[in-house]
Amino acid sequence: MRKALDRRSLLKAAGAGAGWLAFESMLPAWAQTGSPGIAPAMTTLAGPDVALSIGHSPFTVGGRTGHAVTINGTLPAPLLRLREGQNVRLAVTNTLDADTSIHWHGILLPFQMDGVPGISFPGIRPRETFVYEFPIIQAGTFWYHSHSGLQEALGHYGPIIIDPASPDPVDYDREHVLVLSDWSFMHPHQILARLKQSPGYFNYQRTTVAGLVSGEDRMSAADRRMWAEMRMDPRDVLDVSGSTYTYLINGHGPDENWTGLFRPGERVRLRIINASAMSIFNVRIPGLAMTVVQADGENVRPVEVDEFQISVAETYDVIVTPTEDRAYTIVSEAIDRSGMGRATLAPRLGMSGEIPPLREVPNLTMRDMGMDMGGMGAMNHDMSGAMAGMDHSGMDMSGMQMGGMQMGAAGHSASGHSAMNMRDPENAPPDMAVGVGVQTISPMPQNRMGERPLGLENVDHRVLVYTDLVALAPNRDRRAPSRTMEIHLTGNMERFMWGFDGRRFSELVEPIRFERNERVRVTLVNDTMMSHPIHLHGHFFELVNGHHGHQPLKHTVNVAPGGKVTFDLTADNPGDWAFHCHLLLHMHAGMFNVVTIRPLDGDVS
Amino acid sequence: MKFFAATLTPIVLAVASPALAQTSDHAAHQQTPPTTAQPAQTADPHAGHATPGASEPQTVQPDPHAGHNMPGMTMPPATQVDPHAHHDMQSMPQPTASDPHAGHDMSTMPEMAWPQTPPGDAGHDMAGMTMMPNMETSADNAGRPPEPPPPAAANAGPAHAADLYFDSEQMAAARAQLLAENGDIRTSVVILDRLEATFGEGADAYVWDAQGWYGGDIHRFWWKSEGEGAFNGETETAEIEALYSRAFTPYFDFQAGVRQRYTPEADRTDLVVGVQGLAPYWFEVDVAAFLSNEGELSARAEAEYDLRLTQRLILQPRAEINLSAEDVPELAIGSGLTSAELGVRLRYEIRREFAPYVGVEWTSSFGDTRDFIKARGEDPEDARLVLGIRAWF
Repeated sequence: MRKALDRRSLLKAAGAGAGWLAFESMLPAWAQTGSPGIAPAMTTLAGPDVALSIGHSPFTVGGRTGHAVTINGTLPAPLLRLREGQNVRLAVTNTLDADTSIHWHGILLPFQMDGVPGISFPGIRPRETFVYEFPIIQAGTFWYHSHSGLQEALGHYGPIIIDPASPDPVDYDREHVLVLSDWSFMHPHQILARLKQSPGYFNYQRTTVAGLVSGEDRMSAADRRMWAEMRMDPRDVLDVSGSTYTYLINGHGPDENWTGLFRPGERVRLRIINASAMSIFNVRIPGLAMTVVQADGENVRPVEVDEFQISVAETYDVIVTPTEDRAYTIVSEAIDRSGMGRATLAPRLGMSGEIPPLREVPNLTMRDMGMDMGGMGAMNHDMSGAMAGMDHSGMDMSGMQMGGMQMGAAGHSASGHSAMNMRDPENAPPDMAVGVGVQTISPMPQNRMGERPLGLENVDHRVLVYTDLVALAPNRDRRAPSRTMEIHLTGNMERFMWGFDGRRFSELVEPIRFERNERVRVTLVNDTMMSHPIHLHGHFFELVNGHHGHQPLKHTVNVAPGGKVTFDLTADNPGDWAFHCHLLLHMHAGMFNVVTIRPLDGDVS
Repeated sequence: MKFFAATLTPIVLAVASPALAQTSDHAAHQQTPPTTAQPAQTADPHAGHATPGASEPQTVQPDPHAGHNMPGMTMPPATQVDPHAHHDMQSMPQPTASDPHAGHDMSTMPEMAWPQTPPGDAGHDMAGMTMMPNMETSADNAGRPPEPPPPAAANAGPAHAADLYFDSEQMAAARAQLLAENGDIRTSVVILDRLEATFGEGADAYVWDAQGWYGGDIHRFWWKSEGEGAFNGETETAEIEALYSRAFTPYFDFQAGVRQRYTPEADRTDLVVGVQGLAPYWFEVDVAAFLSNEGELSARAEAEYDLRLTQRLILQPRAEINLSAEDVPELAIGSGLTSAELGVRLRYEIRREFAPYVGVEWTSSFGDTRDFIKARGEDPEDARLVLGIRAWF
């Protein structure tokens, strides 16, 4: 009996070991734990000719194995290491039974190579090979992923590094890629169905009577009543949570502790990519300051922070200089604090640093509903993080707009809100469809680019804000925008409907049209209580964040709940392009449109 | 059973009282001055600012507020010492000309106006203020002038650029797929809201109350069924509805269709018109009117509320009333308010989709209905313990 048990446990251990080996072999070299870092020499997929094969693979995390859709059999997909100035040919073979595609996220290329079925090309049919070919005209950290169905949520994503043709302004001794993502053993179609059936399905952090009694909810009965009256959930931070997701770093769950090596004193470049389907993260390495040197693949003036929020599809490159001979924990905490990804930077394998506990789930405020309430939101927003390097000189505040001041004075806390119409069509453009899909319209959307992101308002260390980003190189197009455009991000959380200007893409919306080389100032207004990472294909837009002439270039911008973001776009890449929320299920639910830029090459205008 | 009733009754009352309090508080909110609703119209981000050297871009509409004064604006109380106030804006380094708003807008810094923010912290973030322009949006502009259209050249060339490179039929098929995959989601659900055994005076009985739907976001096929019977097979009533459901507000669906009713006495077929959805304070409500094949008009209203005690333990009060326009002696229905049900169920969500519950339900008949039921020798009032499961998939 005893012997049998022993043998069984032995077999089990052996099985686990074999599973572990199988797991590690499923990872590309750079993503295997104990990675010494990536050197140009070690990468195999360097071009100019790259063959990629998309198929089914098993994927194991946390001792459980599920089904993944992978590229060349690994999750994440192989690192593509390319060089600015080269031509690249990427032959993508589809071994699935469904259509697939690869979109090269953030890469400037001709539209027909952009990889969006139905916009750039027809897609890649089963057992077909499609050859993407384009010149590489930029450098930085990017990524690639499926734009077909919900394959991206099943593992169809990987990193791209493009080395600059000229010397890199960023100085570093070693580099690691950190691909952040979310994994569920529930199929993404099932996740979507659950959200349609019961929008709070994945949220086990809602306010409760127990939380009210114990005070753990940090919310008064009056505030609860106000939220309930509006049929809004102040804990609706992410639609899909750690209740189903395991948060991955380089394909490793928190327990598998992906480890990247360093020698104390080295400048280590971390290329951080949020390849999640639905998860926004707060990233920090307790004990290490991070100097942000690149955002979305574009160099920025170095800015030192202790934590930053990375929305879906954004990338940030940071430099860290660990000097001590110890392990440092890399934490990617979901912004609803329902779980975290964890990895380790260590001088040797097998080390692990202290893992900080999950922090308190943030409560949304009236500010997240597009109100500017002194009593509710503003009180909770500590601006100290945004104060570094500010110019206080020469300001005349006497003529300043006191947005919301009267309200703040009139109504503290919950009182005074009922007078405000949370769904007034007068607060939207005339052509917006204010129907079933529009639950609320922000009555006073705020430019929140200078504010710390959700849940980081009061942490006692430095936090990156969008106004910290300053392009390293001067902006190329210094023309004033010739027109302005306002696009509302709309939704109905109760029905899980999402769209632009009140319409889902499936409702046959008019495309967003630009003239070629036109410079347009676009303001995105978030009429919802959720963050939306908005991505434009084939272009970088300049965030109008005050750094005129050095406006940071981005391919994806997170629009804070109830907030607004303005960007300047030079529409210099002719063709048809996707424009969408990069929360995969928001896109799938309709928050998507086509941008057309005309005339095309050879067209007579 | 009496024990359960005794323990649960205070809970019912406890649940009911906050709801009352909510209503009265809500009424109080409405009395706040309406002027608070439109601060954006009085406050002007550009007013009073000198803008030497700044040239406006060629936006179609000029700034309608420029140069207006700002009556009604008050500065933060003097208790908050602001070292930067009253500086001269003209000495401020101006950003380059193409940015008309840079440096003028402080609306993104409402904290500044908030007297309780500590000096030296919030409100003094001038990086945003110095430079970050606050673009006006429709919320700042009650007139909402239409946006300038794109230049004519933006409409040049083919409607679908990819058709120049790929087979146009394949592209058309891919576009159809793209439309379906970005918004046109069809889902379905089956909800067994109540599947329970009931115990009280008389025979032990069972009740089911289920519904489900299939469709998109707006248009759905919706079905509902409920019924009850005794385990000993004595009585059984059942009904099933087949409805077309159309969302007409963010929270409510209009529903119309037919209902088939089966009772021991007689069967009926009804036309149904109703509204179902989510009322303020998260009340699930379902109201419907029925016109039977015998010309009888009746109505039913139901409301449920989920009070989360913890993340998984949920107390659900539920109320239902039935109304009839006329006496239907055959079915023991009198005109007016015919019956009411009041229940409370405590469920534990083992999974979101599966929750056993225990509860009590009180049922009473009124008016002529009460008399009809008494005449049958039945009890017009009944309180029962219920044990059941709520499940959906």
